[in-house]
Amino acid sequence: MVGASPAVAKNALAGAVPDAARPFLVATAVMAGALALAPHVGIYPVFLMKALCFALFACAFNLLIGFGGLLSFGHAMFLGTAGYVSAHAAKEWGAPPELAILAGTAASALLGVVSGALAIRRQGIYFAMITLALAQMIFFFCVQAPFTHGEDGIQAVPRGKLFGLIDLSNTLVMYYVVLAIFLGAFLLIFRVIHSPFGNVLKAIRENEPRAISLGYDAERYKLLAFVLSATLSGLAGATKAIVFQLASLTDVHWTMSGEVVLMTLLGGMGTIFGPVVGAFAIIGLESYLAGFGQWVTVITGGIFVVCVLAFRRGIVGELGAWWVARKN
Amino acid sequence: MTEIFGVPTQALFGQLLIGLINGAFYAMLSLGLAVIFGLLNIINFTHGAQYMMGAFCSYFLLQYAGVGYWWSLFIAPVVVGATGVVIERTMLSRLYKLDHLYGLLLTFGLALIVQGVFTNYYGSSGLPYRIPDELSGGINLGFMFLPKYRAWVIVASVAICAATWFLIERTKLGSYLRAATENRTLVQAFGINVPRMITLTYGFGVGLAAFAGVMAAPIYQVNPQMGANMIIVVFAVVVIGGMGSILGAIITGFGLGVIEGLTKVFYPEASNTVIFVIMVIVLLIKPAGLFGKER
Repeated sequence: MVGASPAVAKNALAGAVPDAARPFLVATAVMAGALALAPHVGIYPVFLMKALCFALFACAFNLLIGFGGLLSFGHAMFLGTAGYVSAHAAKEWGAPPELAILAGTAASALLGVVSGALAIRRQGIYFAMITLALAQMIFFFCVQAPFTHGEDGIQAVPRGKLFGLIDLSNTLVMYYVVLAIFLGAFLLIFRVIHSPFGNVLKAIRENEPRAISLGYDAERYKLLAFVLSATLSGLAGATKAIVFQLASLTDVHWTMSGEVVLMTLLGGMGTIFGPVVGAFAIIGLESYLAGFGQWVTVITGGIFVVCVLAFRRGIVGELGAWWVARKN
Repeated sequence: MTEIFGVPTQALFGQLLIGLINGAFYAMLSLGLAVIFGLLNIINFTHGAQYMMGAFCSYFLLQYAGVGYWWSLFIAPVVVGATGVVIERTMLSRLYKLDHLYGLLLTFGLALIVQGVFTNYYGSSGLPYRIPDELSGGINLGFMFLPKYRAWVIVASVAICAATWFLIERTKLGSYLRAATENRTLVQAFGINVPRMITLTYGFGVGLAAFAGVMAAPIYQVNPQMGANMIIVVFAVVVIGGMGSILGAIITGFGLGVIEGLTKVFYPEASNTVIFVIMVIVLLIKPAGLFGKER
């Protein structure tokens, strides 16, 4: 397994026992409150929405790596595919935003079933290479398929009216909708991790042969985790397409798959809040460094190297370890 | 003009040749990946960047030192291999006790750094590299025109692949290497300096990538992105072949190059994706890869 030393496993934020639910709920409430207030203290809602979409994406990715021990290097295919499908649904079919997002999410879920069934046939490094190769195949498909409009992408996607009532063209309204989607998915992930299903998943991560010998169908659990992760990544991608009114090749490119790995690694793999922190840090860094062109790639690579060499538990993981050490 | 399956022979053999050339690069790169993976248990994501560094190294040698193609075939692998040795000593060697995936993440980060730096200074348009005089021009074979340089690439890559196979499968040094792959501790107990062997193996694999880069410089232009797209295809090649066997990596590399070339003739829309589709089929039928062993 990547990322979980015993200290992290005991970490209250990772929450392996029901006692941990209370601090988690308090922390979530604080986070939700801070995010709800954020646009009123001078933080751009557009920036916040971008960060929230990526935070959801990273949380979905973390479900797979942090709790299933599966490193996917092709998660961009779910983000991008869902973005294209929801943008197409909203623009060409005139679907309302809720149906467009649902369509994108469903498309990613379907792609998750197919690609997951293939990828879980191999483990470890091979799993990473297979997901990367499958995502590259989807990328080439998106370059060539007519409905994606190639290099141009699908532009000027209408945001429309949510349930025919709430006008999303207002940025602040859109922001609260994104926040609601994010919080809903975040709580769902927490629930999944602490369900019997989540515990079996962790057992498989730690010792797959033993889990199999106890009668668990490991392949099935892994596939289900993969599909769930793909679906939630799709939700992030579909929401992102509606928010930014754009679906483009950037979201299916392999650099995007690398970016979500980075966010999760920086924030802390296998922690609940890590991916959120990581996503905000990376998106913040990128918008801060937007004028520096390719140096962003260099810095991104540098963060990867530093994280792997010196900082494997990530921001939240290190904080949690420090907290536990202090209490003892 | 003669035709086979409704395709002019000129076009068919032309694409077949391009396929063989691509296959030569797939073979050399997947060979290096397999050698590194065998001993280090690390998938070297930097491989594509190191292939690109090889091409740039030969470009620099020619541009700033007047050193020609033939010398760069030796110098570039040694220089880039040396950077590989430094990377292994300073960074990779700290990760051997951890999960293998950290090696993948570290080398991915390194690849981003290298590519970013080169893109900053040289943009993403290609720099030309002239074919050496001895190999310019071509031979008319009657049924097709064979550029000399392309023939050289195929011959040289087959030779280098064969030499690597011989080194690993038939020499004393290679037997140490194979033994260390099986059981590192035991080999160390026999008094062989395994850490040094690991370092040199990584350097060798990286050098192989750089060698491929030098050979690629006159065919594809020297471009900071040239390795990034290549490496993903090579990963698929590695999944198809399985990393268990050196010979398997070579055969799979050439074979897939040819299949890709033929796809360009008969169904060009699929030429980018055909290798990935084959990967999917192989995963369904023989998950361990064509030459791999299930471990």
